[in-house]
Amino acid sequence: MTTLPEKTDRKLGLVIDLDTCVGCHACVVSCKGWNTENYGAPLSDQDPYGADPSGTFLNRVHSYEVQPEEGAAQLIHFPKSCLHCEDAPCVTVCPTGASYKRVEDGIVLVNESACIGCGLCAWACPYGAREMDAAEGVMKKCTLCVDRIYNVNLPEEDRVPACVRTCPAGARHFGDLGDPESDVSKLVEERGGMDLMPEQGTKPVNKYLPPRPKDELDQVDVLAPYLQPVAEEPKGFIGWLDRTLEKL
Amino acid sequence: MHPAPSVIIFTTLSGLGFGLLAWLGLGFPEVTGWVAFTFFAIAYALAVGGLVSSTFHLGHPERALLAFTQWRTSWLSREGVVSVATLLVMAVYGAGLVFWGESWRLLGVIGAVLSLGTVFCTAMIYAQMDTVPRWKTPLTPLLYLMLSVAGGALLAGQVKAAMLLLPLAAAAQVLWWMRGDGAFAQSGTTLATATGLGGTGKVRSFEHPHTGSNYLLREFTFQVGRKHATKLRSIAMLLGYVLPFSLLIMPFSHALALVAVLSHLAGVAASRWLFFAEAEHVVGLYYGKR
Repeated sequence: MTTLPEKTDRKLGLVIDLDTCVGCHACVVSCKGWNTENYGAPLSDQDPYGADPSGTFLNRVHSYEVQPEEGAAQLIHFPKSCLHCEDAPCVTVCPTGASYKRVEDGIVLVNESACIGCGLCAWACPYGAREMDAAEGVMKKCTLCVDRIYNVNLPEEDRVPACVRTCPAGARHFGDLGDPESDVSKLVEERGGMDLMPEQGTKPVNKYLPPRPKDELDQVDVLAPYLQPVAEEPKGFIGWLDRTLEKL
Repeated sequence: MHPAPSVIIFTTLSGLGFGLLAWLGLGFPEVTGWVAFTFFAIAYALAVGGLVSSTFHLGHPERALLAFTQWRTSWLSREGVVSVATLLVMAVYGAGLVFWGESWRLLGVIGAVLSLGTVFCTAMIYAQMDTVPRWKTPLTPLLYLMLSVAGGALLAGQVKAAMLLLPLAAAAQVLWWMRGDGAFAQSGTTLATATGLGGTGKVRSFEHPHTGSNYLLREFTFQVGRKHATKLRSIAMLLGYVLPFSLLIMPFSHALALVAVLSHLAGVAASRWLFFAEAEHVVGLYYGKR
């Protein structure tokens, strides 16, 4: 059913730390690896070794430059995947009922056997979280690794989304954002976690932790006086050269 | 947005076909027998032809029947349900006119309402999209309905009505363009709100996730259309409204009427191409494309 649930028992989602992410794309690779081999149609590539490679990804890492009024620009790596919105516009537009939001944990999924590949859900998503698989003709999206997180055949430490499990920087966190006492909720509270495009009214479950301000060095630099330029005006041969070139 | 030919053909043809059905349902013109058959054949060819063409862009058209199930929330599903209801009701009404020379007025009126309902549902598929500010306006269903009613009048040979409705449709079109050009800036969605990084400085896309293209870039960041927008708008105006209107002023002949209809169709197709090609999806922000 494409009617959104009034409320979900839990709100499973990700917290992504933009301060910690180093932009290594390991989450992209592990996501593609797990999800091409497990639930649903594989994530196909077109012309992967040719001149114009393209493929389906459920998670992509952008990089942005933020230039403050003063000082150096900051580079921020920005992983983006489905935010499992509470008010998911992609679900309600689906004509077949293939898209749905689960009542038990809030995960937004696609039943691929009912998907006609009309692409309307991808139009409705402001985040570009849904991609039509060019080989399979069905819509693909992040499942929050629903086939890992409840999988009792996996060791307990592996029962998290593949991207979270693989992140070498610890920039990705997984948990119940509907429970104010959960680790992820506390992290969001502490670090001022934010929504992407709040004005779109989608109420994303996933949160992003903003980059912390850069450190400022305020110690006295004892060597500074010795490193001042010694000659303001060049003398001797260099001085003559400087004056002559100036006249030309 | 990527202007998929199947969707442009669909919205253009079926809009016109359902517009003609609406006029026929209301009894303009009051026809029976073979003449009625011809009118209904043209209307059904346009409406059904459009609907069939719309299935060409589906990944799995064999599952299309499922699209009738989610009418509670989905405008696309509603469009499917209402269009089939229209075609069924108008088939019975048309059969009455063609085979028995009977005009079952109530059925015709219901069919006319359903016809316009179908066009409204089509327009709402676009008008509901918060992600495409250019489309997100009540002017979108107004434009679609005006085009359908004006084009329908032209096809139904309702010269007086068409001479009134064509300028009104042109006005709706100009209004829609004028509002649309500022819609993205008005929406308040920027790269700063998209990334949440606007607080510390000016945000710029430094690097895309991959060096190659992808579905999102192909589907949502189409830009060729904007280069020729002014020219195409002039062509749409000229062919869609000015030329058909001028032809209507001249003494009526079937040949001129045919030219008027074809010209209008070409104009609407150009306008519909721009409808998609000029539409900016907010996801383009993430790729530094807006």
